[in-house]
Amino acid sequence: MSTEEIRAALAEIVNEVAGIPAENVQLDKSFSDDLDVDSLSMVEVVVEAEEKFGVTIPDDEVKNLKTVGDAVSYIERNRAA
Amino acid sequence: MSRTRVVVTGLGTTSPLGGDVASTWEGLLAGRSGVRPLGDMAEGLPVTIGAPAAVDPTEVLDRVVARRLDRSSQLALVAALEAWADSGLDTVKDAGELDGDRFGVAFASGIGGVHTLLSNHEVLLEKGPRRVSPISVPMLMANAPAATISLKLGARGPVNTPVSACASGNEAVSLAADQIRLGRVDVAIAGGTEAAIHPLPIAAFANMMALSKNDGDPTTVSRPFDTGRDGFVLGEGAGALVLESLEHAQARGARIYAEVLGTGITADAHDIAQPDPAGRGGARAIRLAVQDAGVAPSDIAHVNAHATSTPQGDVAESLMLHAVLGSAANDLVVSATKSMTGHLLGGAGALEAVATVLAIKNRTAPPTINLDEQDPRVELDVATKPRDLPLGDIAAINNSFGFGGANVAVVFGSVS
Repeated sequence: MSTEEIRAALAEIVNEVAGIPAENVQLDKSFSDDLDVDSLSMVEVVVEAEEKFGVTIPDDEVKNLKTVGDAVSYIERNRAA
Repeated sequence: MSRTRVVVTGLGTTSPLGGDVASTWEGLLAGRSGVRPLGDMAEGLPVTIGAPAAVDPTEVLDRVVARRLDRSSQLALVAALEAWADSGLDTVKDAGELDGDRFGVAFASGIGGVHTLLSNHEVLLEKGPRRVSPISVPMLMANAPAATISLKLGARGPVNTPVSACASGNEAVSLAADQIRLGRVDVAIAGGTEAAIHPLPIAAFANMMALSKNDGDPTTVSRPFDTGRDGFVLGEGAGALVLESLEHAQARGARIYAEVLGTGITADAHDIAQPDPAGRGGARAIRLAVQDAGVAPSDIAHVNAHATSTPQGDVAESLMLHAVLGSAANDLVVSATKSMTGHLLGGAGALEAVATVLAIKNRTAPPTINLDEQDPRVELDVATKPRDLPLGDIAAINNSFGFGGANVAVVFGSVS
């Protein structure tokens, strides 16, 4: 999966969970400040992303995923090849 | 000091007969049954019929709002929003003229967020704990419907969840009226909701022999007061009422449907599930409500009976009315609307409160369907067709009884 494919798939999850239009879910956007994704919605996004991308995102790691770009690069680094 | 008077200024419902008050009332007057086969979800169950909400709440609510709510809260929100808009308080709030600190909610369910609990249990077993929804607790908790309404409408006064099984919805009306009478709030949304049409509650209710096993035409199975009754039919939906102090309602020129004249709450202390066959606890609740209302038995023109279509309960209710009202019990018109809606459990008392208020306002008692041969032990004038109620000042009683021995009666009165 390319970076763009991961971003687009993550955007679908964010849209499903929080109703944010997928086209707004861009790499430079902050989940909480720009997209209004609250903490429980973020946990939902994380759980769905784990299933979709086959990664594990520990609770301690979630606080480091401030932007969509942070999440996409974490997924890229940790996906099984 | 004179007592604070409490009036009903808004009504809402989403029921087995329709997605709003107008369609539900039309269905009640037409004697339409909301009972139908449940299809695939009931395959293999001892009972395969029910009375689901006629309109799926997810078709009405915003998708993201709906996905964070258990179905019971979805139904509650739909009913509450209708009642709120009906009361006209939505425009008062939009104008910044509603004090949210003086606005409360009393909203109940009998069972709670059973769909959320059980679907997450399946996820836990099939996919493991990591996949359990992080919002499952706020979705399934008992006060979720009340909290959902509070959040949506900005109610910052007491937000209560009076749980008393099948009396919950009526108890919520009583509690909300009390909060206004005590001067704690000016406005309260009261109601009840239930979404328990799921294989587990169906199996559980069937195993305790509470549900009808009648496998005839589904629309004929719920038959309160009829000799052929053999249990209730599980229904689904919610009812909501906006209650307001008379002073608050008059100050804003609100339309007033009826007044909450009095309430009575008691317990049987007899059995966890069976009603007291003599109906003593229920009779005390009715007596307390009538006394609280300050009306004479002859003022009671109408009763929306709890009448679930069980062999014992329906007879006990007749005994209660005679014990309290004496010969006046022969002169009032009784409706058993569960013959059409099935039994909404925690939503029942609220939906029936809506029906009672409309009966007073429209001077029409809804019919009771499937009453082919009235049980001779039920000595009541049960309407089988829509019946006119007298003009002038009248009162009506809404009865609700629940597992645990809970008894709640609320007396509503006309407002001239």
